[in-house]
Amino acid sequence: MTPADITAALEAKFGDRIKAKKLDAIDPFVVVDAADLVEVCRFLRDDPALRFEILSCVSGVDYFEPDPKKALKAGFEPHVEVVYHLQSFTHRHRFVVKVSLPRWKGDKPGDLPEVPSVTGVWLAADWHEREVYDLSGVWFTGHPDPRRMLLAEDWEGHPLRKDYEFPLEYHGMRGR
Amino acid sequence: MATADLQRNDQTVIEFDVRTDEMLVNMGPQHPSTHGVLRLVLRTDGEVVSEVTPHLGYLHRCAEKIGENVLPIQFIPYTDRMDYLAGMNMNLGYSMAVEKLCGMKIPEKAQVIRVLIVEMNRIASHLVGMGAYGLDLGTFSPFLYAFREREMILDLFEEVCGARLTYSYVTIGGVHDDLPEGWVGRCQQFLDYLEPRVEEYHTLLTRNAIFVQRTAGIGIMSKELALSHGCSGPMLRGSLNAAAGDPAWDLRKTEPYCGYEQYNFKAIIPPFPEAPPEAVLGDCWHRFYVRMLELVESIKIVREALKKYPQAQGSHRIEPPRHLPAGEAYVETECPRGQMGFYVIGRNTKDPVLLRVRARSSSFSNLSVTNAICAGCLIADVPAIVGSIDIVMGEVDR
Amino acid sequence: MGWLEGRFEESVITSTLEQVINWARESSMWPMTFGLACCAIEMMASGASRYDMDRFGAGAFRATPRQADLMIVAGTVNYKMASRVRRLYNQMPDPKFVIAMGACTCGGGPYYKYGYNVVKGVDLVVPVDVYVPGCPPRPEALLEGLMRIQDKVRGMKDLTKNQPVEVPIPSRTGYVLLPPELSDPDPLKEAEKQNAFAKRTKEQAAPSKA
Repeated sequence: MTPADITAALEAKFGDRIKAKKLDAIDPFVVVDAADLVEVCRFLRDDPALRFEILSCVSGVDYFEPDPKKALKAGFEPHVEVVYHLQSFTHRHRFVVKVSLPRWKGDKPGDLPEVPSVTGVWLAADWHEREVYDLSGVWFTGHPDPRRMLLAEDWEGHPLRKDYEFPLEYHGMRGR
Repeated sequence: MATADLQRNDQTVIEFDVRTDEMLVNMGPQHPSTHGVLRLVLRTDGEVVSEVTPHLGYLHRCAEKIGENVLPIQFIPYTDRMDYLAGMNMNLGYSMAVEKLCGMKIPEKAQVIRVLIVEMNRIASHLVGMGAYGLDLGTFSPFLYAFREREMILDLFEEVCGARLTYSYVTIGGVHDDLPEGWVGRCQQFLDYLEPRVEEYHTLLTRNAIFVQRTAGIGIMSKELALSHGCSGPMLRGSLNAAAGDPAWDLRKTEPYCGYEQYNFKAIIPPFPEAPPEAVLGDCWHRFYVRMLELVESIKIVREALKKYPQAQGSHRIEPPRHLPAGEAYVETECPRGQMGFYVIGRNTKDPVLLRVRARSSSFSNLSVTNAICAGCLIADVPAIVGSIDIVMGEVDR
Repeated sequence: MGWLEGRFEESVITSTLEQVINWARESSMWPMTFGLACCAIEMMASGASRYDMDRFGAGAFRATPRQADLMIVAGTVNYKMASRVRRLYNQMPDPKFVIAMGACTCGGGPYYKYGYNVVKGVDLVVPVDVYVPGCPPRPEALLEGLMRIQDKVRGMKDLTKNQPVEVPIPSRTGYVLLPPELSDPDPLKEAEKQNAFAKRTKEQAAPSKA
């Protein structure tokens, strides 16, 4: 199926719960609300015409420009996106689903934005979501094992946030 | 539940049937058979492992953060250091992602050189995979045999780009330099040397009775489990069954890139008529054997590419555009360990750096299945199973 | 020992006990299997067929630190790993030696600037005897590093001079700030000094008008 067909199938099922779509992008994608994510994912996996069995990648992207001079020209509002790259083993097509979130929950710095976990749909999401939580700072509600994946347990901050400040020292070892 | 069933049915478990308590055993990060710095925490009951918890991050080198701070072309050396056994394949994946973002079309000659070099690196990588797997199982000689041949490939690479391990040869827009004079002949000579040697490896490992005992029927993974965990490469192919109508799942076949559709090779999936009777579909032996056969297929591809190279049209490299366009691109390529994906996002402004670089590593997804396939095995089988996944920690942690 | 030398038959060699011990020690260095990253592959290559580290008596890679006396830190050490490296070093019996192999262990290497998680040189964690630069160093370079360690062993005098084994002091300290007696009290002066240095290098780098 072409991306246009997949989008049409999603729109036929979910109507205006598909918040945005972009078919002329290099990799066409749709944007859904965080609340609808699990339902959409389950439909994508189980529908016999779609059958997205493989979750290739979950990425967290921080759209933010720390330099206020450049921020005006950046062309995006500050937000965080979680991107799901899907692949079908049966039909050999690919698709992208995105969830757009505020940078901080309730605009209160320090409170991580929340997305429901899709571990129940694809087991692969388990580790990928842990990594996104660790590096990009997105909290996955309902995740079975929400720990840091790569960094140490007592690490502070989420390094792939654009406003992350590099540590000067860690347990007595200098960082610069 | 799987553990309890196994304990009831498995003769070895009954033999060890001593009343024991549960114990946590820490394996790694410094352990000879964890391929670097993987740390496994095993929950064991006597000899039987009931749960394996991998702990990652002992080689986390911040590649993604670096990717959004340096120029796209400056990031290529870092991709080498992700999967350091197959640097060329990683260079190719990242270059293709940036090329897709910029909408570049690569000339034919560059494509042929890319295929040639990448397949050579696949041979080198599988050789190390074989040698290291032998080490994991306690035999030293395959390692020496594998490195003997690998050094020759590295010599060829050294002529091409000057480095032994971290090449940065495949770049955005093609490859860095044309092949040196006489290289095609020397490569041909090497392939003629290597091809009969493959039989030696089969004698050393594949048909070795001890090796078969240690790998056949161990760490069995079903196709559904592999797909739901996002496994790929030889890890997934070892679980497929052509007789049951499973497709030959290889990105070089299903989504051809770099002109792979013009080459005559087959994607390796079981059943294998030469498999020993103990071997079960999806076990360690099958995963290992898929790698060995892929090595032979790679030799075929390299031979074809060497024939194509003198007639190939165009230049070995084109200049990338000065400014990166906005937008995003995701590219997956078939690396020796599976599907390696790169996700790059460009900026709207004239800033020449990328907004985000994300590496979807194949070993990371392959490793996530460890707990599921190790449950119920013996402690001595854990290195055999982890070795058959053929991980590279640099790629897992990035 | 002068009066004793040459007094016996040809097949008898006289030497000091210390020299014999040092000779035995240097020609059977047992490194620890401690591969961290890319450099580990080159370390494996130097132990394998072509480069064959066994020729120098250092081919017996031990899996446990308690049997090893040479630690080749091959690859990037990060903050999560650093405490483990330190612990492994402490577990090795004396006398012990450390080779820092590769740019990352010498000083952060390519991960120096943006590597938030990378230790900027393994000498912040364990004392280092020999630095082998390169990314990754060729096996020949590692063998050269091994020979420098052997030189060091040859010069050890822990028996005759009754000195304890000399443990090298890390060249840099692991602390963020220098102690007050070493730090410059005047930051302006420091900036001036740096500017002068930058100016001088710039002048030197400029092409001469001949």
